[in-house]
Amino acid sequence: MQPTPGIDASNYVSSFNLAFYFIVAVSLLFMIGLTVLMLYFVFKYNRKKNARAVQIDGDLRLEILWTVVPTLLALLMFYFGWSGWKPMTKAPDDAMVVTSVARMWSFSFAYENGKTSQDLVVPVNKPVKINLVALDVIHSLFIPEFRIKSDMVPGRETMMWFLPQREGQYDLYCAEYCGLQHSYMSSTVKVLSEEDYLAWYTDTTAVTTVAEGSAPGSEGFAILKARGCNACHTSDGSKLIGPSYLNLFGEQQIVIRDGKEVPVMVDEEYIKKAIYDPNSEITKGYPKGLMQSYTGIVSEEEIEKIIEYLKSLNEQ
Amino acid sequence: MSAHEGMQEPNYLEFKGKYKGIYSWIFSTDHKRIGLLYLFSILSLFVIGATIGLLMKFELIAPGKTIMDAKAYNAFFTLHGIIMIFAVVIPGLPAVFGNFMLPLQIGAKDVAFPKLNLLSWYLYVAGVLMVVISQFTGDQAPDTGWTFYAPYSFRTAGNMLPAVFGAFLLGFSSILTGLNFLVTIHRMRAPGMTWLRMPLFPWTLYATAWIQLLATPIVGITLLMIVAERLFNIGFFDPTLGGDPVLYQHLFWTYSHPAVYIMILPAMGAISEIIPTFARKIIFGYKFMVASSLLIAFVGYFVWGHHMFTANMSGKALYIFSLLTFLVAIPSAIKVFNWISTLYKASIYLQTPFFWAMAFIFVFMIGGFSGLIIGSLAADVHLHDTHFVVAHFHFIVFGGTGFAFFGAAHYWFPKITGKMYDALWANIGLTVFFIGFITLYMPMFFLGVAGMPRRYFDYDEVFHTGNIISTMGSWILYSGLSIIITNLFVSLKRGVKAPADPWGGSTLEWTIPSPPPVENFIETPIITKGPYSYK
Repeated sequence: MQPTPGIDASNYVSSFNLAFYFIVAVSLLFMIGLTVLMLYFVFKYNRKKNARAVQIDGDLRLEILWTVVPTLLALLMFYFGWSGWKPMTKAPDDAMVVTSVARMWSFSFAYENGKTSQDLVVPVNKPVKINLVALDVIHSLFIPEFRIKSDMVPGRETMMWFLPQREGQYDLYCAEYCGLQHSYMSSTVKVLSEEDYLAWYTDTTAVTTVAEGSAPGSEGFAILKARGCNACHTSDGSKLIGPSYLNLFGEQQIVIRDGKEVPVMVDEEYIKKAIYDPNSEITKGYPKGLMQSYTGIVSEEEIEKIIEYLKSLNEQ
Repeated sequence: MSAHEGMQEPNYLEFKGKYKGIYSWIFSTDHKRIGLLYLFSILSLFVIGATIGLLMKFELIAPGKTIMDAKAYNAFFTLHGIIMIFAVVIPGLPAVFGNFMLPLQIGAKDVAFPKLNLLSWYLYVAGVLMVVISQFTGDQAPDTGWTFYAPYSFRTAGNMLPAVFGAFLLGFSSILTGLNFLVTIHRMRAPGMTWLRMPLFPWTLYATAWIQLLATPIVGITLLMIVAERLFNIGFFDPTLGGDPVLYQHLFWTYSHPAVYIMILPAMGAISEIIPTFARKIIFGYKFMVASSLLIAFVGYFVWGHHMFTANMSGKALYIFSLLTFLVAIPSAIKVFNWISTLYKASIYLQTPFFWAMAFIFVFMIGGFSGLIIGSLAADVHLHDTHFVVAHFHFIVFGGTGFAFFGAAHYWFPKITGKMYDALWANIGLTVFFIGFITLYMPMFFLGVAGMPRRYFDYDEVFHTGNIISTMGSWILYSGLSIIITNLFVSLKRGVKAPADPWGGSTLEWTIPSPPPVENFIETPIITKGPYSYK
């Protein structure tokens, strides 16, 4: 983050500020006024100083005054909130479109040329419309510095849009509680200059992230990482949501198929089935229904690389 | 007045009935004993809920794992929410002080249906037991948060069914209490007590009872729908079965927003009793206080959508909900103005319950104003599901209801127990508690504005400072709480004997001995004037 003073991170910052600080200012005024008045009364009309209370049962003019004035202020507060929100409902026609896919517990972003990314990379000063897709449970895409958030509801097609106005990197969080790793479901928004963005966008050579080093299976590991698999599966034998990769390939496993325990051999066919149709067989001791099919997301070639990685873990 | 004859009558604590020992409590249909059954159950659960909160805050003192893992943290905030909302704050004031004081304040011998009243407590205990069972049976403890949002509540391995059924039973307990109070208020007011001569605490119980009766069945049926969905895969809410998860949110909040008014209205009622008593003055704008309670209960039904501003509802629905949310704040503002105006030219007797009332007004204002901020569409899009919201509702349900509960506990302690509490320790406890409260919850507003989402087990380094301050606040708050509760228990044993009317109150409960006789009133009182008549 390298904030350039004077430029808001997105088009919603100024309208948020108006709606927010107007209410804060009016509230502080009332809070301080009423608290001071209350304390003043408590000191002034203490029974040591004022032995006898004057019985006053009310005043219609005051009641009208403190009904009408707060109502008008509240309407004004409503108006600023409404006018700041209204532009969010319709994206400009020339907005570039990105599809964000959320699953437990990762975001991915698909671009019109078929490129996918773990980060949301966008050019500065160009409206971005994000189609929101949730595969399993409700998530919520939240970019605090842009002052924008929208729930991602499975089974519903929704969208959000914004205009990034300042180059830099911004945090992106999941804001709707979605289970064990909810607080780790995050990503980064990278707002680039027009040229940098074009260079990034047209570079389709590395669809999956660049492999880290050249150890056996490293490409497979990069794929697992890029697809968010490691949120639930570990490489060191420890148990998260699903079974660990360690000493998995080529071993015998007990799975539950149609409610019955069945022994299976973890081979290539099994791994494919576990990725494309994960709920047909569940490894004993693990919950059903948490993993979605990765058909169309992980290719068969990629699965081969993943298997290479799994094999590499056996030799240790 | 009738205190002399009252000396012959045994008080409700000493009364020997059919049953002995513990049975004389758990089989008692005396509204006063049932009130105390609720008090002890709710207080125990409150201490458990607060301890869980303390552990959660300790976990958040630093990023990463401190004392528990994410699984335990998620189970803890779920349990904290279920206990505090369903088993503490919703029944809190109505079931404890409502049960005890409603008949006394309207000059009745008991509530309309004493057996139903006892059944409500049994349902309450059964609901709590179900929640406890859900923690220790099945694959793992429930981890959905107290809102049970679909479709996560169908995916999790957490043991959802008993927890959901427990909440259902607690809801039924609430419905029956509401029904009981409605009939009691309609049918059992003392001769001469017209509607506009009724004190304000019964008035808020009346408004609350309508919400309990009309809104609670909605969450009841919704929770049953979850049960049906989980058992028979029907497809109300789960998109993979053709259901709609947002429908669940609508049904849930249609009850759970009015439920906020179940929590806060009786709290406002208790404050409206404390202030005139210690100001020695008729309440300012009695009719407006009554009208604002009824208005809050009514408009409160139509604002639930503000919990769902980012859930992709239709645009029209969004701004209508936002507009109504701003309007529902007005009757609460009217109450604050009237409370403060009651102090004008008063003769104020500074005692612990009055300090609680002042502290209540202060934290309730912060809670209310922060509610305006998240009622605003543009502001809520950023602040929804962040720590700002957590701070806001703790200022309302803990700051509002909690402060009023402790205020009421000190105010009516002499009446209920026949003993005086130790005022010095009570004031020390309040001061420590107040400082802790502000230190704990104030930083959460700033964390929320900075963008820290709620229900986060782990967080980025930028949020560290706020979390450290907040965690330290939780230690101060917990110390204050310990002082307050210990002092009340010690005073129960060692306190000096309380007179019938230690504060110079003007409502009916102060005309009978402390503790009250079994039948409350030896002679049925005849009411000839309004509730806060001081000379």
